[in-house]
Amino acid sequence: MATRQTAGLARLMRAPAIILLLIWMIVPLGMTLYYSFQNYNLLNPAAISWAGWFNYQYFVTDPAFMAAIRNTLVLVLGVLTITVVLGIAIALLIDKPIWGQGIVRILIISPFFVMPPVAALIWKNMIMHPSYGVFADIARFLGLQPVDWFAQYPLTSIVIIVAWQWLPFATLILLTALQSLDGEQMEAAEMDGAGAISRFVHLTLPHMARAITVVILIQTIFLLGIYAEILVTTNGGPGNASTNLTYLIYRAARLNFDIGGAAAGGIIAVILANLVAIFLMRAVGKNLD
Amino acid sequence: MARASSRRSRIGYTIAAWVVALTLFFPILYTIITSLKTEQEAISGFSLIPSFTLSSFEAVQTQNNYWRPFTNSVILAVGSTILALIVAIPAAWAMAFSPTKHTKNILMWMLSTKMMPAVAVLVPIYLIFLRTGLMDTRIGLTVMLMLINLPIVVWMLYTYFREIPGEILEAARMDGASLKDEILYVLTPMAIPGIASTMLLNVILAWNEAFWTIQLTTTNAAPLSAFIASFSSPQGLFWAKLSAASVMAIAPILIMGWFSQKQLVRGLTFGAVK
Amino acid sequence: MTTTFRALLGATALCAVGTVAAAQDNVTLTIATVNNGDMIRMQQMTAPFTEANPNIQLEWVTLEENILRERVTTDIATSGGQYDVLTIGTYEVPIWAAQNWLTPLDDLPEGYDVDDLVPAVRAALSVDDTLYAAPFYAESAMVMYRTDLAEAAGVTIPSNPTWTDITAAAEAMTDRDAEVYGICLRGKPGWGENMAFLTAMANSYGARWFDTDWNPQFDSPEWQATLTDYLTLMNEYGPPGASSNGFNENLSLFQQGKCGMWIDATVAAGFVTDPTDSTVADSVGFAQFPNKDGVDNHGNWLWAWNLAIPASSQKQEAAKAFVAWATSKEYTDMVAEAQGWRAAPPGTRTSLYENAEYQEAAPFAAMTLEAINSADTQKASVQDIPYTGGQFVAIPEFQGIGTQVGQTFSAALAGQMSADDALAAAQTSTAREMARAGYPK
Repeated sequence: MATRQTAGLARLMRAPAIILLLIWMIVPLGMTLYYSFQNYNLLNPAAISWAGWFNYQYFVTDPAFMAAIRNTLVLVLGVLTITVVLGIAIALLIDKPIWGQGIVRILIISPFFVMPPVAALIWKNMIMHPSYGVFADIARFLGLQPVDWFAQYPLTSIVIIVAWQWLPFATLILLTALQSLDGEQMEAAEMDGAGAISRFVHLTLPHMARAITVVILIQTIFLLGIYAEILVTTNGGPGNASTNLTYLIYRAARLNFDIGGAAAGGIIAVILANLVAIFLMRAVGKNLD
Repeated sequence: MARASSRRSRIGYTIAAWVVALTLFFPILYTIITSLKTEQEAISGFSLIPSFTLSSFEAVQTQNNYWRPFTNSVILAVGSTILALIVAIPAAWAMAFSPTKHTKNILMWMLSTKMMPAVAVLVPIYLIFLRTGLMDTRIGLTVMLMLINLPIVVWMLYTYFREIPGEILEAARMDGASLKDEILYVLTPMAIPGIASTMLLNVILAWNEAFWTIQLTTTNAAPLSAFIASFSSPQGLFWAKLSAASVMAIAPILIMGWFSQKQLVRGLTFGAVK
Repeated sequence: MTTTFRALLGATALCAVGTVAAAQDNVTLTIATVNNGDMIRMQQMTAPFTEANPNIQLEWVTLEENILRERVTTDIATSGGQYDVLTIGTYEVPIWAAQNWLTPLDDLPEGYDVDDLVPAVRAALSVDDTLYAAPFYAESAMVMYRTDLAEAAGVTIPSNPTWTDITAAAEAMTDRDAEVYGICLRGKPGWGENMAFLTAMANSYGARWFDTDWNPQFDSPEWQATLTDYLTLMNEYGPPGASSNGFNENLSLFQQGKCGMWIDATVAAGFVTDPTDSTVADSVGFAQFPNKDGVDNHGNWLWAWNLAIPASSQKQEAAKAFVAWATSKEYTDMVAEAQGWRAAPPGTRTSLYENAEYQEAAPFAAMTLEAINSADTQKASVQDIPYTGGQFVAIPEFQGIGTQVGQTFSAALAGQMSADDALAAAQTSTAREMARAGYPK
């Protein structure tokens, strides 16, 4: 009796969130699906007509489409690799007894608080600008030719910017995991003569598996949707060198004002993102139990 | 001997940690420094010592009054956070304490709603906002930001609530605590750190949202993301001014983050710790 | 007790009446604008207008150019009615007017003197002889060069240079060790960035975007010559990192004395000759936009930032009053009085160029007016074309197409693809977009 009551109450408590999100999912998804089958250009609103599968066909045959898929993967994997590897290293470092730990932590998490367009503007103008950026100043100081980052290494530059934004997040989560590590077990292993590397591989890393999974999962969701950084810095170029899937949709929606095409792109992106999610859950989901 | 070596390694770690921290913080630091330079200084080579002029801040303020977007940012961030918590706390509570076999799937589905690229649904949402009169209103945007961040909020709270051991409830019940007492004196104190850090994270995410907040506002509800969009790439390179505007846009949240760092760190685990 | 209550009631009623009356009279205009210097100046100089029209309040939405274009286009296409006055370019005006999205400005007040508008600009803002936007400032393009460097290098740049002259001068003025580059041109991708320049350059080479059946022409020898020469100029005599340089970057390079020549919008003349920002202010010469030997075409670059009123605005009268005020002769006089003649918004009114004080303050005035008047936006190419527009093609699809082509050419400039590959890619992507849009129409 009591349990049934609790179950009913629980359902009642869950309902608002689920219903809200259900609406929030179904309404835009439904409208996007509808528009994806329409010829609808915002600049020519009179000429709306049924398009069939044409918008989809047009989107996937875009010369930039394959490049966009590739760039999306490079961007996501690149940022994940950098943030996880450096995140572990930094977490290990600031977990040690150091002077000024509070301030060090504050400095390290700061990039997380910066609005994405502002972060991109800062990196573009203050740091990576080929004439006035700090990198150019350093290059000139060393007697080298300054690198024009966004022209020569567009995707790498964006990976660097995005990784800078997400590194604090990864570091924090990995740090909390590290702090819950059993000190006694560590000491015992040390007594047994296990080296630092062996202790890291056999004790620390497995303990952090769950945290790493969380970092990968949450970041992937955000990284698949990156576009502001690209818009501010390279506009997807040169050529298509830094166009990812979201930016390709952005281009259709905001430059060509092709609502039908953007909607089709959106549906394709959702499908691909869910494939990635399913793959992720299969690969690392068991760590979450 | 051992103490000397541990002292030495502590020095080493300290130096390394500070180098890393300063490197990561450098872009922000340099922006702050540049905002205190004159325009001429800003583009004349590397220098860490500005002339400490506030002229760029004044120029930004004359061009675009800061306080209205600032107020909007605060209202949107706080408002959407409160809304999200009202909806999410019961849901996360129920999922944590009376889980069903679908709980995990529901959580994953919630997260997956974040995968729709915002720009693909812009025009439908724009039309809805126009027809319902929500365009350029704080209410419309508050609800929007709440919906965007709700999945993350539910998940964070869920993982946090799950850490609260059920035995404590049993024990309290044994001692004759009523449901009210249970919630008030046993659960709430344990849940507060998690709720606090969720709140902080949501404020940060809402503050930094820069797509809907620009596309669905004109003047009345436009927050700091729109403020900064009026300063990027003007004619001529006004980098000191751009830096000043950037500093104004990020300073409030940065300072809030610094002060609440401990809170944030404590709860920002997404269930990563077990 | 009752009397107090009644008095209170009465007062409330009075207040209510007062508010209603005020609400009817008071109008708040929402003005969307870009964030360039002239527009920001206008924003700060509206006191005379609001004093003369105490019932009109002005609300400004200042946004970066591209974001503004997105916001405003979405709003106007969905009849959102969020804005009462829009800042739009010469590109949008004819397209939006054709959709009936803009209010015709055929009944501007008496003193406005429409006939004083520079004819080329007026033509670009009119559809069927009806004006749809009022020009705030206008520009063409021209050559700006360093007279001191030219002299030192022993070259003279004629006032009507050909590309051969420009190439020779660029070669002579380049001194890489001293960080002086013979020529600075736009390389940053975008239909309003590198493609504005490249389209004008292509026009002066006798090229065209489309033939009369709307087939893209990037496979033509004219375009090939344009792109090859552009790449040669930039690679041999241009600054490093040119593929990221837009108007702003080049302006700054020129002001710091790093460019021998710069071919860009005429408004830049005011900035490079301004001694407070420019280190080379007293040694700048001007010349017309170059043409290729034997091609009688100087690029036909014409751009104006204009104020227009969306048909969806509920406050037409007040909006019209503001537009007329902000683009009037009186406004120009007021700016001149407050900040000197050099700050006057250029390019829109013939009277400004007849003003002796302006001519004296702005040595580039004559060249600017000549450049604007020589631009023919009705026929940009020497070949037959189905479109209007000078450094752009006035069709809705051009934003997307132009930016895509711009990306490709920028990649060629960054050395990531050859000129031939870039032209082939541009041809394919443009043909694709045009087919989708249903051309030929």
